[in-house]
Amino acid sequence: MRVALFVTCLVDFYRPSIGFAAIRLLEKHGCVVEVPPLQVCCGQPAYNAGDRADAKKIAAQVIAAFDGYEHVVVPSGSCGGMISQHYPDLFADEPAMAQRAQHLAKRTHELVSFLTDILHVERVDAEWPGTATYHDGCSGLRELGIKEQPRNLLRSVRGLELVEMRDTETCCGFGGTFCVKYPAISDHMVGDKVQAAAATGAELLLAGDLGCLLNIAGKMKRQGLPIEVRHVAEVLAGMTAEPAIGEPG
Amino acid sequence: MHATAHDFPANAKKALGDARLQGTLGVIEGNRQRRAATIARLPEWDQLREAAKAIKTHTLKNLDLYLERYEAAVTAAGGSVHWARTSAEANAIVTAICRAAGARRIAKGKSMIGEEMGLNEHLVAAGLEPIETDLGEYIIQLRGEPPSHIVMPALHLSAADIADTFRSHHRDLDPSRPLEADQALLDEARSKLRQAFLSAEVGITGANFLIAESGSSLIVTNEGNGDLSQSLPRVHIVLASLEKLVPTFEDAAVILRLLARSATAQEFTSYCTISTGPRRATDSAGPEQYHVVLLDNGRSAMLGTPFEDMLRCIRCAACLNHCPVYNAVGGHAYGWVYPGPMGAVLTPSLVGIEEAGHLPNASSFCGRCEEVCPMKIPLPKMMRHWRERQFSHGLGSPTPRWGVRLWAFFATRPRLYRLAAAAAAWALGRLGAKQGGFRRLPLAGGWTGTRDMPAPQGRSFHALYAERRR
Amino acid sequence: MIEARQQILASVRRALGRDRTPGDPSVIAQHIAAHGRGPQPRRSQGDHAALVERFIGMASEASATVESVASDAAVPAAVSDFLGRENLPARLVASPALRPLSWDERPLLDIRFGPPEDKDLVALTPSLAGIAETGTLMLVSGADTPSTLAFLPAVHVALLRKRDIVGAYEDGWERMRAAAAEGKPPRSVNFITGPSRTADIEQRLLLGAHGPRRLHIILIDG
Repeated sequence: MRVALFVTCLVDFYRPSIGFAAIRLLEKHGCVVEVPPLQVCCGQPAYNAGDRADAKKIAAQVIAAFDGYEHVVVPSGSCGGMISQHYPDLFADEPAMAQRAQHLAKRTHELVSFLTDILHVERVDAEWPGTATYHDGCSGLRELGIKEQPRNLLRSVRGLELVEMRDTETCCGFGGTFCVKYPAISDHMVGDKVQAAAATGAELLLAGDLGCLLNIAGKMKRQGLPIEVRHVAEVLAGMTAEPAIGEPG
Repeated sequence: MHATAHDFPANAKKALGDARLQGTLGVIEGNRQRRAATIARLPEWDQLREAAKAIKTHTLKNLDLYLERYEAAVTAAGGSVHWARTSAEANAIVTAICRAAGARRIAKGKSMIGEEMGLNEHLVAAGLEPIETDLGEYIIQLRGEPPSHIVMPALHLSAADIADTFRSHHRDLDPSRPLEADQALLDEARSKLRQAFLSAEVGITGANFLIAESGSSLIVTNEGNGDLSQSLPRVHIVLASLEKLVPTFEDAAVILRLLARSATAQEFTSYCTISTGPRRATDSAGPEQYHVVLLDNGRSAMLGTPFEDMLRCIRCAACLNHCPVYNAVGGHAYGWVYPGPMGAVLTPSLVGIEEAGHLPNASSFCGRCEEVCPMKIPLPKMMRHWRERQFSHGLGSPTPRWGVRLWAFFATRPRLYRLAAAAAAWALGRLGAKQGGFRRLPLAGGWTGTRDMPAPQGRSFHALYAERRR
Repeated sequence: MIEARQQILASVRRALGRDRTPGDPSVIAQHIAAHGRGPQPRRSQGDHAALVERFIGMASEASATVESVASDAAVPAAVSDFLGRENLPARLVASPALRPLSWDERPLLDIRFGPPEDKDLVALTPSLAGIAETGTLMLVSGADTPSTLAFLPAVHVALLRKRDIVGAYEDGWERMRAAAAEGKPPRSVNFITGPSRTADIEQRLLLGAHGPRRLHIILIDG
């Protein structure tokens, strides 16, 4: 099966290892992965800032770049949600583009749910001895219905014990530009998230969105908490040799 | 009510540092859990939400006709409908009715429309004595504070705060009386407010619904204060905005099954009272006059716009209770009558986006509000609409225009972006490699003030991918 | 004020795209006449015995107390015994509609018929119906049933015939419509579920805010 990877701007800039973990997972389960070069961003920052015009320009670029691929896979609930839930709405007033947007929306999947719901992967071949807890990123959860899928796959990771923290579905406070527009409120929210994670005694925190992870890792480091923070793809792909997020290189 | 929404960031900061407020906000979690449990007992919950949305949509689509039908029914039942375009007009109408009735004392049931109108200040200035009878509203009236929640107005107060308030205002009572027990506080409030019901010449209530078919007003309460306020005094005045209308009782019943469960996790409120006109010739109890003040105050301007869906709101406060921002800062930070997500959408429509611009921006779009809303209102979508209005009109959005446009410039030029990103990733990667992150980063003070900024790995994905493919 | 009315209606019509052509009143007339019900919860359905049981369970859950008596004849004794059990004075105010009951069987009971006064501690009323889905009583105001009886005194004793227990709120409203002149509601219809309460003090539940702190339901068979 031929799939195209939408890398996301955060993964590209901050943590390429997530992109490579995504590729490994997809290849291990029978996919041929291509990375269309003319991609940068899904347009969500512009969209949520109310800059519809720029959001459309960026989205049009994405639609063009991913034309012709049967499946588009994204290692992010938030970008995945942008493309599959909001692109059609963005072009509601332009029927031709709306149709193309609709077509792309239907073909786009977040990475973990692609593995479980499309490729019907039930277990992965990976090992990570220790306790881990999973944070439900808001877009993945509420726009894409991602809840059980990462947990099901994590349960197959050898040695890994999954513990649930309280308020796992509560926003971590990243919210794109929200965290810099209203930093005090954002900090309060991430402080609560970090407390919840620490209370589980878990050694590792995972999520499907790098935005959430940067935010949570940054707070943990500031508080001197020794909890490792990684993208769920890294653990599922067995690629945890790289330093965790926020760890020295 | 005077708006201070423009001060949201400062208000929010103060609220975050207020340990007592943070403590009282902690009770909301219990409400969320109980609500989920109550809803789980009603398998028809989602069907009811769909049906409720359809009823409101139908009603709004025919609002002019239903308003006329409603008015005719009220008149036929012996009541009077008074139309008010603005809060000022509504205040004048209420004052005139009270004066004409020779009233001095007014028993008030809880009404958010009354808050919107700033009715109490107006009545006091006119030499009248309005007394809030809902316990939470009574307490904040004594303290001279606005409500901090649309269902639990005194949420921001502890029992100790309430005891202090009663001690300083109920001067006729023995100052050494014990007020530690909740029951003591309740007993005191009950006996004080009982006098209000019995001596007031006018009772003013809000309306959860207006029923067009019969010209009835419907209120739900747990305390019974609304019911006493509208049956003991000689005159009953109902305050309601246009969108409270539903066609029939059957329509109201659909939404009633959602309201208490969503608001307070109850199967039903203790009281649900449907009032139709003044007392009949044969009645031995009830008001002699029944007046309805129908307030527009911006509602008709919302019809036919992207904000029309907001008119479905039944003021259950589920969105407030589930919002991480509301739970962090409480209601006063929002600076007007309506806080939380519903306030973020509605307030700019009623006081202007210039005044209330922060509210629809202070959201991470987590989407939990929309998820829990019994009326299926797309709250984040409407907050985004406000942001679009601000952006296209250059209306002081907190997100600097230049930042967004700069990002878009690069994002639509992949090759240029690659160069810039690779360079920046490399630079930041090298600078941050030793620590793994930055404790301080220029232009990112908002973040690094309280969080580290993790360092990038140092090479961009596209650069590495291109390399590995050669 | 006429100007305000015209302007508001005009504003609504304009927003609905109807300033040129008026809306069609038959659309709303049809909707109203149909009295269409939304989804009826399963818990509002069932055979009568199930509804009675559900009513009792839900009313109790809402902190009302419920007892059953065989017939009207047993009511004065039941009321008198209730007051005794609760250590309340043998004095009450009742709806004039209840005058015909056999009160002379309990001559020591001081009963007055009419609207309540501040000093009345206990009130007795009939109910039009009981709604099983939430254990809710439905009371209507009238010449013989002043509505204030259910709110002013601290203790409310309500009579309800078992056969008047229905499943859903709409069922109760239908009964009211059927009984009322031209199907028009009386001045006040009260749905009552348990005693009055508040959670305004730190979200802790307290019974007995302004309305009664006690609701006792006497279910009458036959």
